[in-house]
Amino acid sequence: MTMSEEILRIENLHVSVDGTPILNGMDLTINRGEVHVIMGRNGAGKSTLASVIMGHPAYEITKGSIYFKGQALEELSVFERARAGIFLSFQYPAVIPGVQVGTFLKKSVQSVREEPLKGRAFRKELNAAMDALEMQKGVLSRYVNDGFSGGEKKRLEILQMLLLKPQLALLDETDSGLDIDALRIVAKGINQVAPSAGCLIITHYQRLLDHVSPDFVHVMIDGSIIKSGGPELALKLEDQGYDWLETTPERNA
Amino acid sequence: MTDDAREAVGDYEFGFHDPEHSTIRFDKGLSEQVVRDISELKNEPEWMTEIRVKAYHHFMERDMPDWGNCGSLHEINFDNVTYFLRSSNATENDWDDVPEDIKNTFNRLGIPEAEQKWLGGVTAQYESEAVYHSIREDLESQGVLFLDMDSGLKTHPEIVKKYFGTVVPHTDNKFSALNTAVWSGGSFIYVPKGIHVTMPVQAYFRINAKNMGQFERTLIIADEDSSIHYVEGCTAPTYSTDSLHSAVVELIAMKGAKIRYSTIQNWSANVFNLVTKRGVAHENATIEWVDGNIGSKLTMKYPSVLLKGEGAHAEVISVAYAGKGQHQDAGAKVHHLAPNTTSNIISKSISKNGGRSSYRGMLQVTPKAHGCRSKIVCDALMLDSESRSDTYPTMEVGNSTADLEHEASVSKVSGDQLFYLMSRGFSEEEAMGLIVNGFFEPFTRELPMEYAVELNKLLELEMEGSIG
Repeated sequence: MTMSEEILRIENLHVSVDGTPILNGMDLTINRGEVHVIMGRNGAGKSTLASVIMGHPAYEITKGSIYFKGQALEELSVFERARAGIFLSFQYPAVIPGVQVGTFLKKSVQSVREEPLKGRAFRKELNAAMDALEMQKGVLSRYVNDGFSGGEKKRLEILQMLLLKPQLALLDETDSGLDIDALRIVAKGINQVAPSAGCLIITHYQRLLDHVSPDFVHVMIDGSIIKSGGPELALKLEDQGYDWLETTPERNA
Repeated sequence: MTDDAREAVGDYEFGFHDPEHSTIRFDKGLSEQVVRDISELKNEPEWMTEIRVKAYHHFMERDMPDWGNCGSLHEINFDNVTYFLRSSNATENDWDDVPEDIKNTFNRLGIPEAEQKWLGGVTAQYESEAVYHSIREDLESQGVLFLDMDSGLKTHPEIVKKYFGTVVPHTDNKFSALNTAVWSGGSFIYVPKGIHVTMPVQAYFRINAKNMGQFERTLIIADEDSSIHYVEGCTAPTYSTDSLHSAVVELIAMKGAKIRYSTIQNWSANVFNLVTKRGVAHENATIEWVDGNIGSKLTMKYPSVLLKGEGAHAEVISVAYAGKGQHQDAGAKVHHLAPNTTSNIISKSISKNGGRSSYRGMLQVTPKAHGCRSKIVCDALMLDSESRSDTYPTMEVGNSTADLEHEASVSKVSGDQLFYLMSRGFSEEEAMGLIVNGFFEPFTRELPMEYAVELNKLLELEMEGSIG
């Protein structure tokens, strides 16, 4: 790709929940084909960022803007963002009792693609995606996330991502609590989507980055990005933690 | 439909009505003469006339229930009800012979189509009596009786006399007395020993006239080691004045027999639905009530099972959906009267737009009923803060060997669930519909597939336009 195509642009974003500021002047641009990683301590505002991009009603944007492919996102409701091509892999996916995974996936894909699905073609696609993620077909008749282990939930999130083919994939601590095999499988899913999308991965750990190579690593402290770099930054954070960042003058830059 | 009526009921799909058909129509109001006239018109044996008259007097003397939705019950004006209306002179066994309007109504309700595809027999009741009836020949040749109740009394008076009122006596409650006095229509079923009726049989009850009272009476007897699945559906037009539906259903499952009785009640929101349903299960028999209450203004209905024989089993799965102006007071009653009997009760209710749903349950274990097991699960889901849900469970346990479990929950649709589903492309209404369908899933999976699909569609429709 010679020209970079902008997927996400965040400008001076300030966000509050119930009057408490969480994001304080956040800037970020993600182009198609780029993988960005955001690291930072608990409470730094990482998950808030993902939720705000998806349009969670509890978060109030007090200043600044988010653009998806040049369109201001505040004009779109949550489901319109999903239909436009934004996907969020939840840190804690909700349980929907009584709704079978198979039914849910089909209806969801149908909603996002906004066209009727051909049964056979969809089954084929579904089978291929499940095989890639080493998932058992029995999952399809279980209820959405009901009684799922942490690993099973995350795999289902990635399965949805593969089927919904987003242009912007937000992955909120998808790697947390996964064993090595599950981590490898989740990474495989991300790598499958990454080339044709913009990816924003929120994580605490460097270990996912053994399987997914990021183009940019950002460090978030107190609601804004205070340092950006390449993969080597993640390694340094793994090694040295965040304290060294707080004493640098870049904090106020 | 008037604007007032529209306002009252929302977009009820089956609220259309035909011009009124009547070949015989009684004046409004109730008296001993009305009761005797109904009986005479039907050429009934004298013993039935006497039962009716006795029940009439009991009804007049009996007080209204002092529980449930008393305020709403007292709105019923018994003088403004039409107690008998004959809309067709014969019960036909060919849809082409049914009067055109009535046939079209049942076509719109999809009954003839369902009959062709997957039912073993159909009774279609319009106002007071059946206008159509059929049973598959193979069932008939096996000795299965499936008739409308009036024909059942005519052709098998000895069976009717033996069982009528034995499970639900007219003295049971005010409305069972009323039904016994003025009953008309309903189903009569007898399944001979050892016969398994594999295709469900269905009755469909339709009220068409204004201020109509429908009082069908159903009696199902499954002889030893036989089985049957009976399905009933009900709808009515939307009027701004009330109609009354007060049925009595009696089930008798002999040794080793199994009766499943499935209902999807979708009355318009001007219908009082006050129904007594009870079954007796003998040794190792099973009675299952699958009871869906979607419509009506006020429903008071608690399908019951008397577990009379050792090893008998009761299953009651019910759902209630209470929308604007509706009160679903529903539940289940199970009486463990014999040793080693088991029961399983699942109740699910949803209230929305100020609707009210109540679970009223009774579980009794008598002293001689050793080794009984029962599990009760009641879940209520409220879709907004103006709606209401109550639970009134009663347990009378007279035997210490009983193994009882009772779980109850009241929940609201969580913001997390909605956000999650909307992030997957569902609009808020669609997300709500999915959550509601999922909540009712333990019920819908018990229904024949065709009904499950219909019910899900119905609930999704209910969610549309409901979110501000």
